Amino acid sequence: MNIFLTIDLPMLAEKLILIVLVVSVSLVVAMYTTFAERKVAAILQDRSGPNRAGPFGLLQPLADGIKLFFKEEIIPNFSSKFLFILGPALAMITALMTSAVIPWGDKVHFFGRDVSLQIADINIGILYVFGVLSMGVYGIMIGGWASNNKYSLLGALRAASQIISYELAMGISLIALLMVTGTLSLKEMVLQQQHGHWNFIYQPLGFLIFLICAFAECNRTPFDLPEAENELIGGYHTEYSSMKLGFYLFAEYINMFISSAIMATLFFGGYDMPFVNEANFAPNIAALIGIAALMIKVVFFLFLFMWVRWTIPRFRYDQLMHLGWRILIPLALFNMLVTGGVILYLHK
Amino acid sequence: MNFWEKLYLPAILKGMVITFSHIFKKKPTINYPEKQRPFSPVFRGLHILNRDEEGRENCTACGLCALSCPAEAITMESAEAQPGEEHLYREEKYAAKYEINMLRCIFCGLCEEACPKDAIYLSETFAPAEYQRKQFIYNKQELLIPHPIENPEAYKKALGNRVKREVVKH
Repeated sequence: MNIFLTIDLPMLAEKLILIVLVVSVSLVVAMYTTFAERKVAAILQDRSGPNRAGPFGLLQPLADGIKLFFKEEIIPNFSSKFLFILGPALAMITALMTSAVIPWGDKVHFFGRDVSLQIADINIGILYVFGVLSMGVYGIMIGGWASNNKYSLLGALRAASQIISYELAMGISLIALLMVTGTLSLKEMVLQQQHGHWNFIYQPLGFLIFLICAFAECNRTPFDLPEAENELIGGYHTEYSSMKLGFYLFAEYINMFISSAIMATLFFGGYDMPFVNEANFAPNIAALIGIAALMIKVVFFLFLFMWVRWTIPRFRYDQLMHLGWRILIPLALFNMLVTGGVILYLHK
Repeated sequence: MNFWEKLYLPAILKGMVITFSHIFKKKPTINYPEKQRPFSPVFRGLHILNRDEEGRENCTACGLCALSCPAEAITMESAEAQPGEEHLYREEKYAAKYEINMLRCIFCGLCEEACPKDAIYLSETFAPAEYQRKQFIYNKQELLIPHPIENPEAYKKALGNRVKREVVKH
């Protein structure tokens, strides 16, 4: 009984509320990203997207979700039912877990307490994100293996190799960024960008490499070989139906949303609104402005994801590997060396 | 390929500008059913049994349309007009039962060409959807044009901009 008295209940309550809020916002944003994808695709292709379900088609994701729930759950007849169900669950868990360390806004003042809008302000923020990202490969691999299907396995292998190849270049470009910021914690990076300049100005090449690797991590065109092959011969989500398939597809959109948020935080100032001095406002209003600023940046990056998807054709598998290993990694190393050299020179 | 082409990025950016410009172009989509694509005046749609200006039915159940129909979709039974019903029909013989099986009809318009009394023609509407097959056998009431004196606007609308053909009268 004594242990319950030592828990800081208000803090627990605020963290729980924050978790529920962030997860539901991620899910709702991912839902409407699927809708936005169809609308943006349509507008870029000289047609109008879905506009029948609800006003301007805004209830379309709801219709899609309900449709997926009503479909028949087919589980193929083989030995490992546990792994079959685990695959999409893992994909979804790792997609949502990364949202825990992103600073969504500044402090909010409620009931006399200062609540910071970040679930976990750990001092290894970016490293945590990377660790969870690497675990995302497990969801795909387990899904491909548990489908008991040769083509699913091949598709999953290709997806996994693509993801781990581009993680390397991403990590190296991040090292260069960390040399500039000197800290791994995401909150501190945002605070630095508020007083100084956005990291994009210090690391343009790093941002470019990170952007290309983010496209590859989310399996988006031009790196959407796992998805394209799915249309042709299968892939890691061939044997899935109903909500398990929905989870795989949804996890991809949540990944997109989180990648956009991380790029906005790392390179574009996070919740910092340019040309506005937040200290002039009351803390709650400043937090709202910050959240709005972050959302605008995230929406821009999501639009960029979709814009590129409908512009360029996809890479062949060997071109993809060539780009990842033989072009991006040397480029990222070069970026790192130049950054190190410049920092050393400036500190002399 | 020169250096700039090998980079791929300038080409990608040019492509993205082109895609972006498509956002501001006019969309050729027609939002059916709020807007509909205009048909030509000779479009062959649903059948309409015509009346003359006083509201009398033109059809005399001569059977030429049933004869000329390649799909054998039209069936009719004739009857003689009784003394009190002169205002309803143009001539003594009229069609007591007139049915067109819309599932058999191929909308060729041969019945319209064969009719000597300008009694049947194909208008601009589509056949609507039904739930059962037997509901597609349209009888005379569904096919008749609205009465021009009792219901002038509906009559005008159903007539459309159809050119009136010459009628054979004996």
